[in-house]
Amino acid sequence: MRNAFADEATKLSAEDSRIVLLSGDIGNRLFDKFKGQNGRRFFNCGVAEANMMGVAAGMALSGLRPIIYTITPFTTTRCYEQIRVDACYQNVPVTIVGTGSGLSYADLGPTHHSCEDLAIMRVLPNMTVLAPADEVELRQCLRAALQQEGPVYIRIGKKGEAVTPKKDDHFEIGRSITVKEGSDVCLVSTGILLPIVVKASEILSSQGVNARVESFHTVKPLDEKTIMNVFTDYPVVAVVEEHNKIGGLAGSIAEWLARQAPMKGRLISFGTDDEFMHEVGSQSYARKKYGLTEENIAHQVLAAYKHT
Amino acid sequence: MEKLQEIASEIRGRIISTSHRTKTPHLGSCLSCVDILVAVYFHSLQIDPKKPRDPERDRFILSKGHGAAALFQVLAMKGFYPESMLDSYGEDGGIFAEHPPTPDHLAGIEAATGSLGHGLPIGLGMALSARIQKQSYKVVALLSDGECNEGSVWEAAMMAAAQKVDNLMVVIDFNKWQATGRSEEILALTPLVDKWRAFGWDACEINGHDMGALVEVLTKEKNSEGKPVAVIAHTVKGKGVSFMEDDNNWHYRIPSKEELVSAHKELGLVK
Repeated sequence: MRNAFADEATKLSAEDSRIVLLSGDIGNRLFDKFKGQNGRRFFNCGVAEANMMGVAAGMALSGLRPIIYTITPFTTTRCYEQIRVDACYQNVPVTIVGTGSGLSYADLGPTHHSCEDLAIMRVLPNMTVLAPADEVELRQCLRAALQQEGPVYIRIGKKGEAVTPKKDDHFEIGRSITVKEGSDVCLVSTGILLPIVVKASEILSSQGVNARVESFHTVKPLDEKTIMNVFTDYPVVAVVEEHNKIGGLAGSIAEWLARQAPMKGRLISFGTDDEFMHEVGSQSYARKKYGLTEENIAHQVLAAYKHT
Repeated sequence: MEKLQEIASEIRGRIISTSHRTKTPHLGSCLSCVDILVAVYFHSLQIDPKKPRDPERDRFILSKGHGAAALFQVLAMKGFYPESMLDSYGEDGGIFAEHPPTPDHLAGIEAATGSLGHGLPIGLGMALSARIQKQSYKVVALLSDGECNEGSVWEAAMMAAAQKVDNLMVVIDFNKWQATGRSEEILALTPLVDKWRAFGWDACEINGHDMGALVEVLTKEKNSEGKPVAVIAHTVKGKGVSFMEDDNNWHYRIPSKEELVSAHKELGLVK
């Protein structure tokens, strides 16, 4: 995904001279092409993320379209106050890209995990929060983000994420993409777990349960129209995210549900637990630990569906 | 120079009146930077109140946002908005808070400050933007000495030096106090001019109440080495009113009616 990001940013910067790329001393060689093409519009800001965010806001206030790129905790929690005040309060077009989100860097330890970014970003006024599933959605997200007049946060994976074929590929911020139709239950995925969610739907299908799959590349603004439809039409709606069960997309949907009259659909959520992961392990190990596998998702959804 | 000094006295008088009327604190901090603001807006920077969004304008950022009461008076007198707008200072539903609002909410404001340590990184971004967009404006950020506690100030200082940003100036309103004590005692600040030099800046010290010195330094040609400029302006907190000068109680204290009258007398505002 990060290679696709560098490639798309390079392409877009050729079309729009306002685009500036700021990196926090990361991505060795990743941005060589960008730098070769627009040396004046690339800045390695060093390991100084608070300053980097302020610099980006200053550029946005001056008519430019800065993109900030570093590992997710450092472009979110590390400089959160600058995001809140400089980007969101002033409502300026800064695009914040966090790479290696969720458990992508499971083996680097909790300093490099990011299972709270969706929660802290979506609570900020004026902020748009995007979590593309794959390279195709990432390119669409980045292009759309740079057209926004306010701040956008894009949470991306690391590398080698599979591209998921979708029934519908029309992209619009705030409108989920239907990956496949289904009549019995609905699986809502945000971010890079989509291939696992699709596999879960296949397991369900082998058990005679037909699952619709939605890719919520936009966490905020919430696609309330789709949410309304799926909670009206399906008895079970499962939300899957590589994020703490607190505060992410499932949290956002639960807040929305609490404001509605009782609906048909029951919300079940899959995410990480409210803890730091002290054990060492790969991303797939970490996903298994928190039940973010196709088998567990299918098993839990089936149980909930049978219960209805 | 005399004209600028008269403006400064008038601004001081208005700040004290407003503080008395609206119970707004930070009087000492406002009075210590009035001369700097007057030199910036009434002499040295290219800023046209009729074109507050002119892409070529010089930018001034009040990074010490708690000096907003001074900035609001200066912007009004400069003509960014009618002076009568300030009658609503501190009122419910109004725009004038204790810190500057966003640029979208008040003409003349370049950045919404108030949380310390934000103005210099934003100013650096603006200065780099001039380079990218081939414009020749310069950016001045006014920081307090207490604000130099913030690590983000020094992050920006290092990046500005690395990028050889020669259209960026920092002015430190060095009044030797922060909210609850002597700035030197809270976090060892001195030697401040040496710190900025060590960070790669062209740094100098001046008397921050000497209008001639302020004007000279603010209009100085860019240095030939491409260094950003740091001006350590030695100031007195509460400057202009004898019983407020160098007394940190006036960080939060509000003047009484009697104090207001005697302050105005000292400033030569009562005939």
